[in-house]
Amino acid sequence: MTRVEYGPKLVHLANQIGKFFAHQPKPEAVANIADHLRKFWDPRMRAQMLEYLEQGGGGLDELPKLAMEQIADEAVKK
Amino acid sequence: MALIEEIDYGTKLVQIGKTVTLTIDGQTACVPEGTSILRAATEIGTQIPKLCATDMVSAFGSCRLCLVEIEGRAGTPASCTTPVAEGMVVHTQSERLARLRRGVMELYISDHPLDCLTCSANGNCELQTMAGAVGLREVRYGMDGANHLQAKKDVSNPYFQFDPAKCILCSRCVRACEEVQGTFALTIAGRGFASVVSPGMEEEFISSECVSCGACVQACPTATLMEKSVLEMGQPEHSVVTTCAYCGVGCTFKAEMRGENVVRMVPFKDGKANHGHSCVKGRFAWGYATHRDRALKPMLREKTSDPWREVSWEEAIAYAASEFKRIQAQYGKGSIGGISSSRCTNEEAYLVQKMVRAAFGNNNTDTCARVCHSPTGYALSSTFGTSAGTQDFDSVEQCDVILVVGANPTDAHPVFASRMKKRLREGAKLIVIDPRRIDLVRMPHVKASVHLALQPGTNAAVLDAIAHVVVTEHLGNEAFVRERCEVDSYMRWALFVAEERNSPEAVEKISGVPAELMRQAARLYATGGNAAIYYGLGVTEHSQGSTTVMALANLAMATGNIGRKGVGVNPLRGQNNVQGSCDMGSFPHELPGYRHISNLAVRQAFEADWGVTLDHEPGLRIPNMIDCALEGSFKGIYIQGEDIAQSDPDWQHITAGLSAMECVVVQDLFLNETAKYAHVFLPGSTFLEKDGTFTNAERRIQRVRRAMTPKGGYQDWEVTQLLSRAMGHAMHYNHPSEIMDEIARLTPAFAGVSYEKLDKLGSVQWPCNEAMPEGTPVMHVPGFVRGKGRFFVTEYVPTDERTGPRFPLLLTTGRILTQYNVGTQTRRTSNVDWHSEDLLEVHPNDAEHRGIKDGAWVKLESRAGATTLRTKITERVAPGVVYTTFHHPETMANVVTTDYSDWATDCPEYKVTAVQISPAGGSAGTLNAGRMLEKQMRSEQA
Repeated sequence: MTRVEYGPKLVHLANQIGKFFAHQPKPEAVANIADHLRKFWDPRMRAQMLEYLEQGGGGLDELPKLAMEQIADEAVKK
Repeated sequence: MALIEEIDYGTKLVQIGKTVTLTIDGQTACVPEGTSILRAATEIGTQIPKLCATDMVSAFGSCRLCLVEIEGRAGTPASCTTPVAEGMVVHTQSERLARLRRGVMELYISDHPLDCLTCSANGNCELQTMAGAVGLREVRYGMDGANHLQAKKDVSNPYFQFDPAKCILCSRCVRACEEVQGTFALTIAGRGFASVVSPGMEEEFISSECVSCGACVQACPTATLMEKSVLEMGQPEHSVVTTCAYCGVGCTFKAEMRGENVVRMVPFKDGKANHGHSCVKGRFAWGYATHRDRALKPMLREKTSDPWREVSWEEAIAYAASEFKRIQAQYGKGSIGGISSSRCTNEEAYLVQKMVRAAFGNNNTDTCARVCHSPTGYALSSTFGTSAGTQDFDSVEQCDVILVVGANPTDAHPVFASRMKKRLREGAKLIVIDPRRIDLVRMPHVKASVHLALQPGTNAAVLDAIAHVVVTEHLGNEAFVRERCEVDSYMRWALFVAEERNSPEAVEKISGVPAELMRQAARLYATGGNAAIYYGLGVTEHSQGSTTVMALANLAMATGNIGRKGVGVNPLRGQNNVQGSCDMGSFPHELPGYRHISNLAVRQAFEADWGVTLDHEPGLRIPNMIDCALEGSFKGIYIQGEDIAQSDPDWQHITAGLSAMECVVVQDLFLNETAKYAHVFLPGSTFLEKDGTFTNAERRIQRVRRAMTPKGGYQDWEVTQLLSRAMGHAMHYNHPSEIMDEIARLTPAFAGVSYEKLDKLGSVQWPCNEAMPEGTPVMHVPGFVRGKGRFFVTEYVPTDERTGPRFPLLLTTGRILTQYNVGTQTRRTSNVDWHSEDLLEVHPNDAEHRGIKDGAWVKLESRAGATTLRTKITERVAPGVVYTTFHHPETMANVVTTDYSDWATDCPEYKVTAVQISPAGGSAGTLNAGRMLEKQMRSEQA
């Protein structure tokens, strides 16, 4: 599995997480998805996702995409 | 050490009732009302002769040995069937009683072989003992009359024999099969002199319904039913009380020994999980411990294509450590990790995660619970505040309604299933939610009120529909919700489930379950009294595993079925120490006691104790380790007691990941499937060779005690300690009790746990701390651990694994009674006599469409791979659904399962795989894509 192949698998996982929180108001859902990714994903998985996002993030649903952007913003601030 | 011989009180303990005082042979006895005279006498140390009475089963009153005289009453009543009464005066010895008892014994002995000196029960035969007790000196009838001495032995069962010549027809075996095991496999066939104990319809044991639990053998007062191991080895000379290493019930056993050899395993009456009962695995399937396949020498090879080379422990440990250090230097600190096993002890699991965090310097630690009950941890922690089942097993005795979801207790948790069946025979109602017609749906004296045979993958939808009925028909417990739960979360959830799309009528279209059945189930669960949920991997091993556990927790909270005896949400854990391995911080995101690694205060406590700085970020989970191995950032792994190449899904993916690593260290009893990809092999130790503790599904911490010297030289915790030292983090434990002391020091829920306490009390259920010094049988009694219970919206999201023209059937997987997990242990015992291969259950319609006959070989194919196995055509499965087990490496069911997983925890979706089946000409292996790939890879490596 190359880094390129790994991306879609993480996208699938992130979309699954997004679907669980999708019923919540958008800001709450985005925060909860970001929280889940921070709590349960190894940093290299998040880094891979960010890299994938930078390359266009094709296939990533809106809520996990917003959550990843939130994580990216935090990384920049740090 | 001595042989532990528990007192047999003759009849069962009566726990409730006012105290009655009576006099027995001039001594005063005070016992609860309803107690038998026999038991009351035994409790004050007075032995009344008995044969048909045993405290395993209800009194029967047939042998007429336990006769007594009661002042003011005529005759000589049987003390086993006569309850005590206030002021009663009993005499157990008199000339008349002695004469009667001798007469009874004469009759027994006149039809019994007088081969005591060569009998396997010599020295442990109740008939022999009673002959002595009643002073039998002659048999006036002689030994030449009609008798049963030439009756044919039944040696068909691999573990015990039945010798009817020695049978005294006390019916203890028959009653044990009925009352203790609940199988009703035995009966007394014939009448009068022709009466004989008969399995089934006068069949042999092996071909009858007998499940080989051994309760009949344990109940037998003579050598009629006797373990073959005793026949071969003789009577044991000492006992070691320990805990079974099979399923999550955690039965306590006496390992009865001769020197360092196990003669037999006898379930311990004081075991609080099993109360003296066992199953075919725990009682009989321990031969793997001394099997010739045990790999007992450390081994090395630089490439997996090289042959193994036996080396010293020092060389093996030094090589593993140097490779791990080299890999970290080359690829970074996070490039290695470790996996612990739910078959190992708490102390061993604790040490593995400690070594990874402290010596490897990362949090890449995971456990095999990842692939079974990780959703339980996530969901129950989110809803209730703690990652564990809520009840003790005894709680089932107070259930009025039992909801079994995605579990098959009679096969996977048989000892608890026996207690469940007992409660059902007493009148509790049963709801089963399972795609397959498990035995509990209909078996002797048990019938489910409702069976929801849902389409695999629709658990969440069906539970939402049940919740819909609870909410819309106002069947919930609003007072409980207002007092104990977050009302906002309840309101959000209630509005969600009340939506029309969650109605049973709407869900019928998704799940295939008739709406009316879902409504019946909801009404019964919500209004039938104490309702308890028991669930298994049929809930967790789905892409919505965590969602479904939350849905169960929601239901329990909404109906107030939590926080007292007889109710609750209870995960049935597959392996002996799933609960414990999770408790011990084996997951990459949390430290022992389920505290997140990002929690500074918690991390600082561990840092201070361990003398290291800990990484605050979560590490890789098992599937992520494999993914990262293939991606190139994960290169080395230490695997203790886990066979991921056979047990984890998508075999090709797993083995490709292992092949991509530069140092795989496997520590196991056998050269398992994963060891084929290993560079270092370290011999593991069985539960009989080590000290430690296991924690069962009811949070019960129990001692594992060493009965024999570790055959490979070290207990598993010692091996981890050696590796940690070689990696540069010193560990200096002399005994696992010191590890438990450290766990208690650092883990609030374990603060009160010590070996001293466990030895004194037998076991404790966590939380065990200052507030609950003797443990906590039922959780969330005054309030939820998290404060208020939290409801979650559990939207049904269909799995991405879909059927279609190419793969039109859904495969679901499970377990069978005689085999355990991937069969590493049970396949190396005579349990293979019952299950020598994995079979594919196919509905007759599906078989007919494909021209497949019963027993025929079929190719089972999914998008992940293909294998072959033989079919069993049965209506247990619905049309469109096929089912198999994964106990045999030849079948490799996980060649077929996919890498879809639970959204929250990555627990694999073993229970739903779209497949096709077609007739095949040959056996497994000929079409096994996985095996072919393996061969190809090996040739490439060579």
